[in-house]
Amino acid sequence: MTKKVMTANRAVSEAVKLAKPQVIPVYPITPQTSISEYLAQFVADGDIDAEYIRVESEHSAISAALGASGTGVRVFTATSSQGLMLMHEILYAAAGMRMPIVMADANRSISAPLSIWNDQQDSIAQRDSGWLQTYAENGQDSLDSVLMAYKISENSKVLLPSMVCLDGFILTHTVEPVEIPTQEQVDSFLPKYKPEHAFLDPKQPKSLGTLTDPDYYMETRYQLEKAMENSIEVIEQVSKEFKEIFSREYGLVEEYKCEDAKIIIIAMGSICSTVRVCVDDMRERGEKVGLLKIRSYRPFPQEYIQKAVQNADKVAVLDKNIAFGVGGALYNDIKAKIDIEAYDFILGLGGRDITPKDIDEVLDKTKNPVKDVTWIGLKNKGM
Amino acid sequence: MDSIGGVVSNPGSTRSNKTGSWRTFKPLLDKEKCIDCDNCIMFCPEGCINKDHNIDYDYCKGCGICEVECPVKAIKMERE
Ligand code: SF4
Ligand code: SF4
Repeated sequence: MTKKVMTANRAVSEAVKLAKPQVIPVYPITPQTSISEYLAQFVADGDIDAEYIRVESEHSAISAALGASGTGVRVFTATSSQGLMLMHEILYAAAGMRMPIVMADANRSISAPLSIWNDQQDSIAQRDSGWLQTYAENGQDSLDSVLMAYKISENSKVLLPSMVCLDGFILTHTVEPVEIPTQEQVDSFLPKYKPEHAFLDPKQPKSLGTLTDPDYYMETRYQLEKAMENSIEVIEQVSKEFKEIFSREYGLVEEYKCEDAKIIIIAMGSICSTVRVCVDDMRERGEKVGLLKIRSYRPFPQEYIQKAVQNADKVAVLDKNIAFGVGGALYNDIKAKIDIEAYDFILGLGGRDITPKDIDEVLDKTKNPVKDVTWIGLKNKGM
Repeated sequence: MDSIGGVVSNPGSTRSNKTGSWRTFKPLLDKEKCIDCDNCIMFCPEGCINKDHNIDYDYCKGCGICEVECPVKAIKMERE
């Protein structure tokens, strides 16, 4: 095991190298681009024995990934923002056809107006595609999440694709120390992929992705719902195995000072690092505040959230996305599934900085609520 | 493993999927009137009229093309 200073994009690429996918179709897009470059380099240098397909668009990247996965091999791709939008159609096909593809999404806002900076609208827009979604907090989390994603996705109780989401620039282009596991460790955690599921094999002819009439379609979608449900216990199991080998612990959520907190801030991704510091400051000022980090957005960890907030009075949800008219996506899920007084804060859209001052405002507006959905950090420009 | 993700694991499913169930109108061919021109055989989009002018109702979808193409009105469409 070696510790090196690197960006989260590099960390993801190191994880991919260790996971040994056999096909990597990828199309570059800011801020994911360096992942596609590192992987191209690894393949060119013979560090990964994979077919690197230079496709002509993201629609082709995910289509090639789906086709390759359909032959029963491990596959990786990565994208961001508009690229993910272009993949939209095939994302649903990949989940519906139960292809355990792993993809990294460098979270970036959606045009218009065109912006290359971070928010989480791109992956949130794919929320209902049937993909598992994990939001990484830092570079180490990004690396580890890719390794775990393969093991979760390829489990025969799941067989759903995984999207590992990492905040654009904040993680993708920021260097920090990351521990790179050894190949032996990864091989014992994640052996070569042996598909138990249907895949293209001339010796056993099958049709994948065919037309389904009303007699079958609904059951097929229900299987997907069940697989999403099953994935919760598979993630628990995989996290345990991961900890045994790599000594780092992950779960579907992470509680920070939630036990006696009256107000719990719920967030996803890199912002959790800021909030953790804010929680410490607020506690020094006598505020009983906690942080609940959502690592797994899909499957939605309902029971974990309910348990974490059981002693709290209120929750403040941070959303780096907006579902116009109803607040952020995470807030709406919490309103639908969790029994707690909840307030929503839309912030950080298009790369707007989120400062401790903003988190103070979140706390203040949760203690003295005026409305259920509040935009934080608006400058009143062009209103 | 059971078929998941809509996979068709046994080849030849077009045969077991009896599309005749989609039919609302059923073609009835009167062999007395038939002059053996074979128009119906060639125009049937499902290929379900054989050389003896027997219709395979397992797959006939009831489109009615055979009725239109028959020059002597030997085929009548009847509601099932
Ligand atoms: S009704 Fe249509 S499908 Fe049926 S026999 Fe006639 S042409 Fe063929
Ligand atoms: S089109 Fe009419 S006449 Fe010609 S073969 Fe068919 S049934 Fe007979």
